[in-house]
Amino acid sequence: MEQILDQMPIVITSLNIGFIQTLKLFFVTLIGAFPLGLIIAFGSMSRFKPLSYFTKLIVWIIRGTPLMIQLLIIYYFPGLVLHKPVWGGGEAGRFLAAAVSFVLNYSCYFSEIYRGGIQGVPVGQEEAGLVLGMTKNQIFFKVTLLQMIKRIVPPMSNEIITLVKDTSLARIIALQEIIWAGQAFMKGSHGISGAIWPLFFTAIYYLIFNGILTILLGHLEKKLDYFR
Amino acid sequence: MAILEIEHISKSFNHIEVLKDISFSLEKGQAVSIIGSSGSGKTTLLRCLNFLETPDKGIIRVNGETLYDASDPAARLESAIRKKRLHFGLVFQSFNLFPQYTALENVMLAKELLAREQPDYKTRKKEIHEEIQALAESLLTQMGLGSRMSSYPHQLSGGQCQRVAIARALALSPDILCFDEPTSALDPELTGEVLRVIKNLADDNTTMIIVTHEMAFARDVADHVIFMDDGYIVEQGSPVQVFEHPSEERTKQFLAKY
Repeated sequence: MEQILDQMPIVITSLNIGFIQTLKLFFVTLIGAFPLGLIIAFGSMSRFKPLSYFTKLIVWIIRGTPLMIQLLIIYYFPGLVLHKPVWGGGEAGRFLAAAVSFVLNYSCYFSEIYRGGIQGVPVGQEEAGLVLGMTKNQIFFKVTLLQMIKRIVPPMSNEIITLVKDTSLARIIALQEIIWAGQAFMKGSHGISGAIWPLFFTAIYYLIFNGILTILLGHLEKKLDYFR
Repeated sequence: MAILEIEHISKSFNHIEVLKDISFSLEKGQAVSIIGSSGSGKTTLLRCLNFLETPDKGIIRVNGETLYDASDPAARLESAIRKKRLHFGLVFQSFNLFPQYTALENVMLAKELLAREQPDYKTRKKEIHEEIQALAESLLTQMGLGSRMSSYPHQLSGGQCQRVAIARALALSPDILCFDEPTSALDPELTGEVLRVIKNLADDNTTMIIVTHEMAFARDVADHVIFMDDGYIVEQGSPVQVFEHPSEERTKQFLAKY
């Protein structure tokens, strides 16, 4: 116990650095996947069949295979198979590859949530807008969008919380996120080796961060409660 | 001159013809009731007038101007259709109010968006907004909703919602106001308040087309009655003519059920 207390400051500093990488991956994924998911959703709902089939094929592949495999393929394929390393070296290269994989993966999940949200808005809403001389753009931004957001907040909250934990998968390409940082103390890092408790301790970071997110998303849901 | 002329409108869905060679005309200030059993094409006809459906054949003319001619492919373009819709207003069976806006905002929204297209919008922004708000408030008051303007649709009864929807349609001052079974989603008590509002509009010489299953109302409010069956206009004429001396066997059968 005393030993753990001695090691604590070193471990916390190291885990904090790892957690910043985790947070970076989390926020970059959200910033990328929110808009890309919407584009994919419109693609899969397109009346132009080839586009809709193509998007559905991509969504099927991405949702049908493990994110871990996607990370490995996206990171290693350009360099090892095509001999064109596109990601650059070191931690920056790993982060870029991880960010691309996560954005792609989560856009596909988000696109399905968006699709459900858009199609869940009754068709009468659009018709009412049309009859009132509104353009399709005005109908989307002034009428449909907020109703859609209200519908997607609960399933989206679920995905967002899953994403926090999924970022740990980037460990497979040695991205130095928090799990990687915790695990390092087993092999030996900063003069500490054979310690498993730092790895267990990472769970507390996830727990606290997800707690904050749950409260924020709950507030958002409440805010949209003023209409039905 | 007739305000509305419909000539030989036909419409099919998946090779099933739901409107067959529909022609009628309407004078300014007149109210027309369209009656007929479910599936006779009444709602499709209203949707064609509001360009929610595009007729396969036929011509729609308002104030002598040809709004739609099925033989002209350019007539089907969304951009061509949008402004033409403003000649018509439509009140839906299921209200279709925008749930995230108050009653007042529901009435104001479309008019505000249209005002942005005026050339002097930027300089008169505030003034225009106030004009629209004053108009919306007076319409809602006219509908007996003066005290419910800041309520959201889910806080209103069905009858109140439908009256907001009527105010919303009136805000754009359409040439012809269409009602698609406006009371079918309401219980009898609420039906009365909506029918009274429509009757008042008819008395003020609002040009209207009313699709309804309320026979007594159809007869009372209308200057002209159209009976539709299986996509055809079977019979049309004055209320007395259609309700008391129907000439077609099918009309007699239909009216006997009420």
